[in-house]
Amino acid sequence: MTILPSIKREYLIKLAKDGKRVDGRTFDEYRKIEIEPGIISKAEGSAKVKIGKTQVLAGVKMDIGDPYPDIPEEGVMTTAAELIPLASPDFEAGPPREDAVELARVVDRGIRESEVIQVDKLCIEPYEKVWMIFIDIHILDYDGNLFDAASLASLTALYTAHIPIERLRPTLEKLQESHPVIKKYLEEHPKDYKLPLKDPPISCTSVKYNGIVVMDPSFDEEETAEARLTVATDKNGHIRAMQKGLNGAFTQEEVKKVIKASIDNGKKIRELLYKIVGK
Amino acid sequence: MKSDIKLFIDGKRLDGRKSDELRKIKIEAGVLHRAEGSCYLEWGGNKIIAAIYGPREAIPRHTQNPLRAIVNARYNMAAFSVDDRKRPGPDRRSTEISKVISEALEHVILLEKFPRAAIDVNIEILDAEAGTRCAGLTAAAVALVDAGIPMKDIPVACAAGKIENQIVLDLGKEEDNFGSADMPLAISPRTGEILLLQMDGHLTQEEFDKAFDLALKGCYIVSDLQKKAILEKYKPILKEE
Repeated sequence: MTILPSIKREYLIKLAKDGKRVDGRTFDEYRKIEIEPGIISKAEGSAKVKIGKTQVLAGVKMDIGDPYPDIPEEGVMTTAAELIPLASPDFEAGPPREDAVELARVVDRGIRESEVIQVDKLCIEPYEKVWMIFIDIHILDYDGNLFDAASLASLTALYTAHIPIERLRPTLEKLQESHPVIKKYLEEHPKDYKLPLKDPPISCTSVKYNGIVVMDPSFDEEETAEARLTVATDKNGHIRAMQKGLNGAFTQEEVKKVIKASIDNGKKIRELLYKIVGK
Repeated sequence: MKSDIKLFIDGKRLDGRKSDELRKIKIEAGVLHRAEGSCYLEWGGNKIIAAIYGPREAIPRHTQNPLRAIVNARYNMAAFSVDDRKRPGPDRRSTEISKVISEALEHVILLEKFPRAAIDVNIEILDAEAGTRCAGLTAAAVALVDAGIPMKDIPVACAAGKIENQIVLDLGKEEDNFGSADMPLAISPRTGEILLLQMDGHLTQEEFDKAFDLALKGCYIVSDLQKKAILEKYKPILKEE
């Protein structure tokens, strides 16, 4: 560890002994969350999420593609994240490195495993054509807790997303010459329609340093953290995805506490999301 | 390419503009927390963020210049910024745009003050509608001022082009697709020096003169908007002192 982070670390630990954090929050309190839905006109769905000073933009694009052979009647979803050099002096240009890949995969898992996207309703013609959903995550300003900001931005973007029948009408009309089933699909779906979704999972991240566990880590807290745990929960309080990161360890009691706090905070964040997307 | 599309209706353009009218522009300085300087810019349907890091040691070391700083502009389009999803990462187009923007900015920055350093200029196109390189350079210039990078001038860019044999300012989306010429121009407004000039399509010499004058006029309008955005952020701070 270089000098500056080690001074910060000592300071964070000293504060934590008195039950405090640098910005005055309690250990399981989130920073202010702001959600701006539907801001990119070229995207099928989009959202910007701010958690404190962290800013993440997610965009959803859709296209027509081939299904996987083992799930021939389901749509396909992929998630990609870019830690672009805009967001931090430490991010470098180039192909996604392991941090970005882990981020994209954790967000992907939270959305996929909770079955928030009704993939069975994204089939145009079984075995032939399905909707492909691309979620692209753009980090704009990095002040910690990218996992939660990226999942929340992706979810909001999905809630604002429309299936782009009108934009892809020329493609669909060309396809129906060789695929007669698509003609019926076009008759049933003459216009853009809302992406079919179920209830969202909410992911909450905690980190541990010097035996203390805090939620929604800021950049400095993340820098000094020994272990990290992200828990995605659904509206019934069931766990839908988890990811432990970094080379430190949690005790069993700590994990249980983190899950409990994730369910509590998840509830509050879900209410905020519902308010924004009008559910 | 369809040529039957009408780009002029009753002397007005598709979006209702006159031939010498710019799209709506909004500029905000200092929108990011981590960057040394930043700028958010909307230009018609374009939405762009620029962020500056540096001057800092240039890496890898062989890129260092012992006499002056280097400018690394990086123009990048978000995957969701265009109709058909763009594959993330650089391509030939963005590499070229990054190069000409870097060179344009190098002319106005006082590079000799920072030997061996790099000034990283990140330009992210979040929503694209035609004219992103001009909008990107304009945003980058404001972000450089916000970062306190010493410059001789605040560079600015604007395009002019030709649609249906008429010279117009600042091509919009359909005009860019179906028009017959597009000419982005960047200048140093104080001296009028040309920092970036590209053209594709077909222009006669007279048409070029007209397009150039129009683009120049556009640059000065945008230049005022840049200064206004910078003052908006720094005036309250200056007053306090």
